[in-house]
Amino acid sequence: MTQNLTFRAGIVSVLLFVTFVLAWHLATRGTGAVQQMSPEYAKLMGLTATQGKSAMPGPLEVGAKLWEHVSDPFYDKGPNDKGVGIQIAYSIGRVLIGYGLAVLFAIPIGFVIGMSPLMYRALDPFIQVLKPISPLAWMPLALYTIKDSNLSSIFVIFICSLWPTLINTAFGVAQVRKEWLNVARTLEVGTLRRAFTVILPAAAPTILTGMRISIGIAWLVIVAAEMLVGGTGIGYFVWNEWNNLSIVNVIVAIVTIGVIGMILDMILAKATKLVTFPE
Amino acid sequence: MSTFDNPFDPSRPLNRAGCACGRHASEAEHARDPAVHLQCSPVESEDKRYESVVASAVLRAIFPQDVSRRAFLQSVGASTALAAVSQFFPLGTATDLFAQSGPVEKKDLKVGFIPITCATPIIMAKPMGFYEKHGLNVEVIKTAGWAVIRDKTINKEYDAAHMLSPMPIAITMGIGSNPIPYTMPAVENINGQAITLSIKHKDKRDPKSWKGFKFAVPFDYSMHNYLLRYYLAEHGIDPDQDVQIRAVPPPEMVANLRADNIDGFLGPDPMNQRAVFDGVGFIHILSKEIWDGHPCCAFAASKEFVTGMPKTYAALLKSIIDATAFAHKAENRKQIAEAIAPANYINQPVTVLEQILTGTYADGLGTVKTDPNRVDFDPFPWQSFAVWIMTQMKRWGQIKGDVDYKGVAEQVFLATDTAKLMTEVGMTPPKATTKSFSVMGKAFDPEKPEDYLGSFKIKRAS
Repeated sequence: MTQNLTFRAGIVSVLLFVTFVLAWHLATRGTGAVQQMSPEYAKLMGLTATQGKSAMPGPLEVGAKLWEHVSDPFYDKGPNDKGVGIQIAYSIGRVLIGYGLAVLFAIPIGFVIGMSPLMYRALDPFIQVLKPISPLAWMPLALYTIKDSNLSSIFVIFICSLWPTLINTAFGVAQVRKEWLNVARTLEVGTLRRAFTVILPAAAPTILTGMRISIGIAWLVIVAAEMLVGGTGIGYFVWNEWNNLSIVNVIVAIVTIGVIGMILDMILAKATKLVTFPE
Repeated sequence: MSTFDNPFDPSRPLNRAGCACGRHASEAEHARDPAVHLQCSPVESEDKRYESVVASAVLRAIFPQDVSRRAFLQSVGASTALAAVSQFFPLGTATDLFAQSGPVEKKDLKVGFIPITCATPIIMAKPMGFYEKHGLNVEVIKTAGWAVIRDKTINKEYDAAHMLSPMPIAITMGIGSNPIPYTMPAVENINGQAITLSIKHKDKRDPKSWKGFKFAVPFDYSMHNYLLRYYLAEHGIDPDQDVQIRAVPPPEMVANLRADNIDGFLGPDPMNQRAVFDGVGFIHILSKEIWDGHPCCAFAASKEFVTGMPKTYAALLKSIIDATAFAHKAENRKQIAEAIAPANYINQPVTVLEQILTGTYADGLGTVKTDPNRVDFDPFPWQSFAVWIMTQMKRWGQIKGDVDYKGVAEQVFLATDTAKLMTEVGMTPPKATTKSFSVMGKAFDPEKPEDYLGSFKIKRAS
């Protein structure tokens, strides 16, 4: 039955995709009104003005461009023009460092907060204020104080992906069933051992859910940060193509960002499954 | 007078219209006149350029006024003048010093730029090998916006950068950031901007009908902002009350114009031509119609870099001067358009860049226009430009109180090369190199900035 369900869902997905692409194709096929102009004037103008071509590219154009990028992802034509593969590698590198630091920081702190109701209440206002700040708001401050654009982007990822993991860890730790803790206490298990053998496994699914939210945020943030700072990365690629008003390339980048984000999420979803236990 | 012009030519044109001597309506008519063939011909060889740049600077220092320079040259003749000047100023030595290519302190440099045609000299120097020629390995790095380029230069991620010419002044004075001594050893381009309006406003050519418009300029501290405000105010529109002016990064200008978020912009090329190319806007006027020969973007470096690595700085500046001189020549423009168009540099269609650089362009309303001076390249940082910029900063309330116009101009707009080289050979550098000019027909006297400021009806400064 589940096999059957997956199969049917797959068919619906494909159908939706085909309908979407077809609608897109039809919507962008048309040509707009064209003004009369002399040939030498027309030579100086773009296709939108001369042939009334839609400024929005069709799916075929995007597909061709996507293929072009996929078939040569690692070219390097100087510091401002690198292949999509290299740009993605830069972005993933930054995300992993920033996110890794955030996790290393968030889990121990989350543990402390979760195990101590006093700290939970004391730190709560700070967390609530810092949590909703947009990455772009951090950027000027980071650039000014850190004085290095690469470290600034990593810092911004760190500060933005910190909170979901921190909050989820604290929550997971605080919600460990009292019975288990009592059992541990009756058996006279030490604090450290209790933390690692009882609380950590019990809270692991919640912690990993937090980490999964965090990686999603980190990936969201990197694009914005790189658009602002420039240089390398997929965000810079989007900005550079926007500068050229090349919507085709921007769409290609959007698709790529989506796919990578999905892969990152899938990896953590798998990890969550590994630590989930039946009660 | 442009830095690349022969300084010993008494009949070099002082303005761009008409012929060289100003007595004839056109260059062709001038050529037919036998009397003009008597003077010596200008130096054209590439090797002689440093000599002529140095000579030009020296002569300008001796005769700050074009009129007296002419009178002197006309009365004694160019060769006598050259001999006379060489006697008390060793032109040869100065040129050697300037052209000397000793080992540089730092070979690998990073120079930031914004992808607009103003940055042409900085960008083209890379693909066309001007940096290499002077023993430098320069990476030119594209940057997303003016605030970022400022921060990255202050952070020393860049050794030098492309900036808007008011920015080094603002940084030095500490407006919009902490005061850091900044220098601007060279202007990159003059002219080359335009007011572009949305195509739906094609019948509203009179600025008086622009009340309620939303305009974009690239940055608060930009010539674009000051020129647009000047232009509007001259037509009786208060730029703060009657219209809205907002800072929008150049790449976003065309997208915003298409989305109807703004009614127009005074922006850098290629955005003006790109708006025309995509059929969303038309070029109302070129910025040269507001002030012919206005500076726009600049090559800037921190004072620390200039004094800490003098040889590197000299080599870098020489590359820029070389590239600027190359870009100054109309016949090289097509080649340059092709060199800077790829994604690694400006990332725009070659057609668009060619129209901007050659000056034969579509105006967006169905006409092909020709103006070879649409954009030009001239590196000399006239200090009077800085004074004008400061009058406008004060006019619109960006700076308050008393301004040391002359002091800041001298500190930031370096005629350093000249001044430094002159000091090295034991001479006293000239105090200031200023020239007067007029903006929309109104003369500007750099000696009396406060009077100039007082003469405006629409202003914020009290």
